[in-house]
Amino acid sequence: MEILLEIIMIPAVLAIIKIVVIVLLFALPLGTFLTLMERKWSAMIQDRVGPNRANIGNFTGHGIMHLAADGLKSIFKEDTMPKGADGFLYLIAPFFGLIAAVATFAIIPIAGPIGDFTFQVTDIEPGLLFIFAITSLSVYGAVLAGTSSNSKFALLGGTRASAQMISYEVFMGLALMGIFMVYGTTRVSGIVDGQNEYWFGSLIPMWGVFTQPLGFVLFFTALVAETKRAPFDAPEGESEIVAGYFLEYSGMRWAAFMLAEYVALVGVASLITTLFFGGYHVPWLHLWESAPQWLVTILQIIKFSVFTLFFCWFQIQLRWTVPKFRFDQTMALGWKKLLPLSLINLFVTAFVILAFA
Amino acid sequence: MSEEISTQETETPPEACELTTMLEQEFPGAVTGFHSHRGDETVIIERSALESVCRFLRDDSRCSFEIMMDLTAVDRLEMNETPRFEIVYHFKSLTHARRLRLKVRLAEDDCKIASIHHLWKAVDWYERECFDMFGIVFEGHPDLRRILMYDEFEGHPLRKDYPIDKQQPLVELKEVEERHVYGRHA
Amino acid sequence: MTDMTVLQSRSEDASTGEDFSASVMSIEIGPAHPAMHGIVRLTTQLDGELIVGMEAEIGYLHRGFEKESENSKWIQVIPYTDRLNYVSPLLCNIGYSMAVEKLYGIEAPRRAEFTRVIMGEISRITDHLTCLGAVAMEIGAFTFFLWFIKAREYLWELVEEMTGARLTTNWTRFGGNAFDLPDGFLSDLSDRLAKLKEVLTECDKLLTRNKIFIDRVKDVGAISKEDALSYGFTGPMLRACGIPFDVRRADSYSVYDELDFEIPVGSTGDCFDRFLVRMEEIRQSISIIEQAADKMPEGPFMTDERMMHYPDKKDVYGNIEGLIDHFKLVMEGHQPPAGEIYMPTEGGNGEIGFYLVSDGSGDPVRVRMRPPCFNFVAAMPAMTVGHYVADIVPIFGSVNMIGGELDR
Repeated sequence: MEILLEIIMIPAVLAIIKIVVIVLLFALPLGTFLTLMERKWSAMIQDRVGPNRANIGNFTGHGIMHLAADGLKSIFKEDTMPKGADGFLYLIAPFFGLIAAVATFAIIPIAGPIGDFTFQVTDIEPGLLFIFAITSLSVYGAVLAGTSSNSKFALLGGTRASAQMISYEVFMGLALMGIFMVYGTTRVSGIVDGQNEYWFGSLIPMWGVFTQPLGFVLFFTALVAETKRAPFDAPEGESEIVAGYFLEYSGMRWAAFMLAEYVALVGVASLITTLFFGGYHVPWLHLWESAPQWLVTILQIIKFSVFTLFFCWFQIQLRWTVPKFRFDQTMALGWKKLLPLSLINLFVTAFVILAFA
Repeated sequence: MSEEISTQETETPPEACELTTMLEQEFPGAVTGFHSHRGDETVIIERSALESVCRFLRDDSRCSFEIMMDLTAVDRLEMNETPRFEIVYHFKSLTHARRLRLKVRLAEDDCKIASIHHLWKAVDWYERECFDMFGIVFEGHPDLRRILMYDEFEGHPLRKDYPIDKQQPLVELKEVEERHVYGRHA
Repeated sequence: MTDMTVLQSRSEDASTGEDFSASVMSIEIGPAHPAMHGIVRLTTQLDGELIVGMEAEIGYLHRGFEKESENSKWIQVIPYTDRLNYVSPLLCNIGYSMAVEKLYGIEAPRRAEFTRVIMGEISRITDHLTCLGAVAMEIGAFTFFLWFIKAREYLWELVEEMTGARLTTNWTRFGGNAFDLPDGFLSDLSDRLAKLKEVLTECDKLLTRNKIFIDRVKDVGAISKEDALSYGFTGPMLRACGIPFDVRRADSYSVYDELDFEIPVGSTGDCFDRFLVRMEEIRQSISIIEQAADKMPEGPFMTDERMMHYPDKKDVYGNIEGLIDHFKLVMEGHQPPAGEIYMPTEGGNGEIGFYLVSDGSGDPVRVRMRPPCFNFVAAMPAMTVGHYVADIVPIFGSVNMIGGELDR
């Protein structure tokens, strides 16, 4: 028993265990589950029932079996590669998105630290800059897929993807400058702890959404554009360029693109929760001073999950409610409207901080 | 001037005569027949006068036929009438709320007629369809090729001597330039 | 490719005078494409995302309607007309039957005419619902499409009650209709229309003032009045340009002159105007249906004239005239008197004109249907060149190209 505890306390082993729990038991299952829930929730808006037929024996589980059906189908499909496609780039393109989406979870804390044990895989000093770096990597996935497929529609999709993602990264960064200034640190745990302060005694928590409302809207928009979800899914095209940059992929590689998109969805929701909605801090829980530690941790995990799930649901609803932007309108929106807004946000934040220092 | 179709029950509204008499005055010798069966004014003209008559119909303020509604042909082989083909133009005037049918008769061995695509833009595709289905050649058309049938089709389907169950020769699969070959990673 | 409208000026850079025509990419928005419903092939020349040239190729659904009609009897053509504009089949049925009635010189009884108006307007509503739903779906508003499909289902249940089929209706006959109003049809009608109005209000709130949607369709695919007239536009496409031409008013037929409705007219002829014109036409059609249902007269639904319809079975087996009529109709078919007519009616897309030539025998000499969307697709290159690739979708959707009608 002692040896076991000692082995677990080795930082590397601890990190691996945390990765397994956070990524393999939280993020990836939630992402997969969302592939089904997207279809169910969209059916709900559209007055339909959604998929409910796939079954093993007679167990349908209201459509849960579709996850197994989709997975098996993707594995058994023929793995094609168009003639003239650049072999190496074509093969590695799907995984950039997946890596970037999963790597986002490296710095997201699910619950408060117990003593020395943190519920975060790693808590590096430049935490948020790490996020920017990783999302920049995901651009490669779309661009490589588009250009190496030897197909004109894919090329159009890849070009659109590169322009859109790179543009919206700019505002993503600027929108977060405000957060840096307000909480004074780029360390993620520092930002989350900063949101545990209260105004007016213990009345209103200093969540990011209250200190930086405009920043929240801008950041959310930028992240929706980064993950190329509607209304910003011009690279994916659907009606005019059929499927955009992943047109020529089939089978498990296409499933990798899809999975990357949904895990990124969960990542976006987690990021929003962490940076703007207090992360794992349950508001007003500090008033109950005699709360046992295990209860506090469980409540924190529940709060984090509920908020993450809410933002997943919100992004999915957004897709099925609003029409899509045309590509030049996406670019115009980003550079002509969001960039000035984020700069104004910066100045106003700086002014307020200096005035009420 | 011969009455083409005589039926007991058609009245000839006064406007019908007006348009026909106007055409007869402006283009003497061009009008070879007219009728207004069931109230549809119809004028049959000579092939040579087609372009000038159509231009008159479009531009003159007493006619102002802005819309060319339909352009088709009738093959009168089974009715044993000569000349064999009859090209039929339908026009509609919005200002005067009036319609007109113009017909030109073409013989089988000389089925060529002037194209009027420069007068109404709609005529372009309608003339292509007429060529495709009947084999009428429209002189002056910028791009007279088949529109509904594929290029290697042999014959003109709506002619009466084209049997309805005729088999067309098989066409070889064309080599597309960048033909994709799907398979394992090459 | 010879017939292509290419903007020559775009291939040269204005400042440096370099010739960039080598960078023009040719792409096939080919026949198999999610947005090309009805099947059309658009060969497009792209300069980046800008369209500099386009050519449309049609004929993928040509089934030889006109040739088949010449080899059938006049009455056997009615099922073929269902499949012409297959989203508003009753309007084609009605158009053809009225054309043959004009050839004969007879009229259908009043009850038949009012029923035809009701069914025709129901068909027009289904046509517009499909068109608008498809436009919205391809712009990304999937929910709007599915709500309209749900509304369309209500109407198709009505059509099924009356004719027995949702799409292959085959309902009108010469001199009247095949079936009369079933019991309870008019109360079902008012129920369904109420539900339809609810769906329309919901969808209107969702999309008509939505900024993203308006940005996608405003000033896209505009065409001037003169060009529209020259290209032979009719129907909602022409009315969106500002010209109030509706065959139901201009060359009034059936009982439309006794009904009170307005003609919605746009101003610029872009996709947004076409969308609004069609939405308003749905409401006007609902009003027409309600008026016709109120004014429905009693009486026969088929004309009494001999040799226009199969006699009742009791006459066929009862007296000699019935037997002879039935025999002659089945063996020789209808024999309209010799002559040629053109009968324009207002279809879902525009003016459907049937040009019929008869030589007095029972075999049609020529059955021609003037397709409204032929002109629209001919004008597609002119409407699309100069816009972006993503604009092909709303423009093509608003054109409402129905493959069955275009290619026959």
